[in-house]
Amino acid sequence: MSLTTAYFALLTGVAVWALLVRKLRVRPWEAQLAADNAPSEIRLPAAKVGLWIFLAVVTSLFSLFMSAYAMRMGHGHGGDVHDWHSLSEPRVLWLNTGMLILGSVAMQWARMNAARGDSKRTHDALLAGGLLTLTFLAGQLFAWSELRAFAGFTMRDPALAFFYLLTAVHGAHLLGGLVVWARTLLRMRHKDTELIDVRLSVDLCAVYWHYLLLIWLALFALLLST
Amino acid sequence: MSFVALADRDHEHALHDPQTFIRKYIWSQDHKVIAVQYGIVAISIGLVALGMSVLMRLQLGFPHVFSLIAPDDYYQYITMHGMIMVIYLLTALFLGGFGNYLIPLMCGSRDMVFPYMNMLSFWFYLLAVLVLVAGFFVPGGPTGAGWTLYPPQSILPGTPGASWGIICMLASLAIFIIAFTMGGLNYVTTVLQARCRGMTLMRMPLTVWGIFMASILGLLAFPALFVSAIMMTLDAVVGTSFFLPAISSMGTSLRHSGGSPLLFQHLFWFFGHPEVYIVALPAFGIVSDLLSTHARRNIFGYRMMVWAILAIGCLSFVVWAHHMYVSGMNPYFGFFFATTTLIIAVPTAIKVYNWVLTIWRGNVHLNVPMLFAIGFIFTFINGGLTGLFLGNVTVDVPLSGTYFVVAHFHMVMGVSPILVVFGAIYHWYPKITGRMLDDTLGKIHFWCTFIGTYCIYLPMHYMGILGVPRRYYAYSNAIDFIPPSVQTANRWITISALFVAAVQMIFLFNLVWSYFRGKPAGSNPWRSTTLEWQTKDTPPKHGNWGKDLPVVHRWAYDYSVPGAPEDFIPQNVPADANSPVLGHGTHA
Repeated sequence: MSLTTAYFALLTGVAVWALLVRKLRVRPWEAQLAADNAPSEIRLPAAKVGLWIFLAVVTSLFSLFMSAYAMRMGHGHGGDVHDWHSLSEPRVLWLNTGMLILGSVAMQWARMNAARGDSKRTHDALLAGGLLTLTFLAGQLFAWSELRAFAGFTMRDPALAFFYLLTAVHGAHLLGGLVVWARTLLRMRHKDTELIDVRLSVDLCAVYWHYLLLIWLALFALLLST
Repeated sequence: MSFVALADRDHEHALHDPQTFIRKYIWSQDHKVIAVQYGIVAISIGLVALGMSVLMRLQLGFPHVFSLIAPDDYYQYITMHGMIMVIYLLTALFLGGFGNYLIPLMCGSRDMVFPYMNMLSFWFYLLAVLVLVAGFFVPGGPTGAGWTLYPPQSILPGTPGASWGIICMLASLAIFIIAFTMGGLNYVTTVLQARCRGMTLMRMPLTVWGIFMASILGLLAFPALFVSAIMMTLDAVVGTSFFLPAISSMGTSLRHSGGSPLLFQHLFWFFGHPEVYIVALPAFGIVSDLLSTHARRNIFGYRMMVWAILAIGCLSFVVWAHHMYVSGMNPYFGFFFATTTLIIAVPTAIKVYNWVLTIWRGNVHLNVPMLFAIGFIFTFINGGLTGLFLGNVTVDVPLSGTYFVVAHFHMVMGVSPILVVFGAIYHWYPKITGRMLDDTLGKIHFWCTFIGTYCIYLPMHYMGILGVPRRYYAYSNAIDFIPPSVQTANRWITISALFVAAVQMIFLFNLVWSYFRGKPAGSNPWRSTTLEWQTKDTPPKHGNWGKDLPVVHRWAYDYSVPGAPEDFIPQNVPADANSPVLGHGTHA
């Protein structure tokens, strides 16, 4: 739980610094004519703010999974219980990681082309990003089947169970992202759609992909190091 | 243009009123309809939980007279009662109900920022409730593991509902969390992004602050329950050993080994304690607004109240293990959590002082919402004080398994927020329906509920101090240390509980009767300052504000301002440079 607590402490610190100290010194019972006419304070699109809040939820989820992993591993090494055996991760995971990095790079390329107004390249880069991600997911399934082929395969093995669980939850998040990706791609192919109509979606896809790449790197590092 | 907040681009959006009945009342994306949908489902499932508590009380009070339920039923009802009341009633009603209705109206927006997702949130919530209820109809019935669902017993044979019932419960919780996440994203983003012009953070009513912070807590804490639900489902279905150690059950060695039941407890309570504040913070916010409005005084220490909400929210993440003192934890660990538990009492106490000082020398109108608000302060103080006992390790250990704990959490987590729910319904019903609830029926409802709940829970403290264990279906003569007076107390509690449950029918009758026959409310019957009372139509129509969004010029608590023509100045009344009220609020 210490990882999770540290995450919340960090989040709290950032929130206090960014939001509260500056804003909450106001004395609202006194008249503030300036505030009456000022436009609303936060000027990001709602979808972008919503995505960042969702990413905070995702971070909380994976922090808790990783905390549970660390605690279960500690339990499996202590006292009379010695059931934690390090997993030898399938080598295909390295290739998968490369695919996801390339997918994230392609999404960033799409984002930059969308900002430049280049519709064709935005489309191609977005398509490439999604296909690379599908390759990553196929590779993860291959890793699952490789582990299943081992002679001593049993779901009672906590390291193995965690491997399946963590990769499944991460994959499910990517699948959710792919739904938005497919929708954006279809909208781009519609003849009435201008690039400006999908620019925000491309932007949000890129942010989401980068974030899920970071989470995968953290999970992969955890799996390799234990 | 894409980087301008929603409130500033309101003119870009045409208002498309839903035309068909289905789009208007069933698949509605209007926050007000969704709020009412949440409210109806939450109250309905809450009544089921109330019914189960009546059956349990009949068993405890008159074990030899009624034989309505068997021991297995008792544990199943106790589990479902607890989970329904905490999650499916209180959390859903405060955030899905009041949050949905009040955030856009109090912030001056047309709707939530993601209306479609908001609609999905309700339908997922309904699905979660249906899956939960399905537990009653599966083989073995619902789980009887206790609302904390502790493994290993929750998924072992011998515990009621250990096969299908627990799966229904875990699936229902996972669906509920998905529903809440969709709703919570809406509530937080709407508060941050869609406030109308002039509505700065520090001009928001405390109701919005409470719901806002509770939504953040929910978004960060519910994943812990999600993680534990997924892992326990895998333990039960796939045969993993996340939580289950090597164990024999009914003479058979099970296939699990090495799992940690304590890991589940940590995950559960990492959600479970913030959950207390997910329910409490909206109640704190609502009660602040009720007190200020009906005492005709500005809230005392507004900034302190906001900071206290934020402090309570942050601290609620570092107190979880005070629910686990009896799990055999390291004493230093216990000391740490006892200390943080005492620290969180400080901002909570600040709020209580400020409520009392708000009504001190106010022009108190003892109408029904105010009665419930004052009733809340009494009850919350009582429940909070017993919390000081249980927050300390050495006192908690002997009391943990007794009725003292039942009394404490019902006072602080059950009765207190329910009193606020009632107060809030009496307060906002006129805006929702355009009609007043009947005042006499409301007062009867309040006094009977308030006195009745004390008749139920005060004797439980006494029973707890005597050491009467909780979770028992019946107390046989074998438990020598329990005096006969305990059974007398049990009978008294049961009669009181039946009385309180029956009184709620008056409330339900009032809700229905007043909808058709209630006195027309007008747009602002309580002469309130906040924006929801300043809408052109009552009940507000789709889009809330007609053609133009409101502009806010002042905070939400300008009551009894010296020199003002009336004893309230709505938030959208411009500050006049020549007026005596400009810049001279009556902040205490």
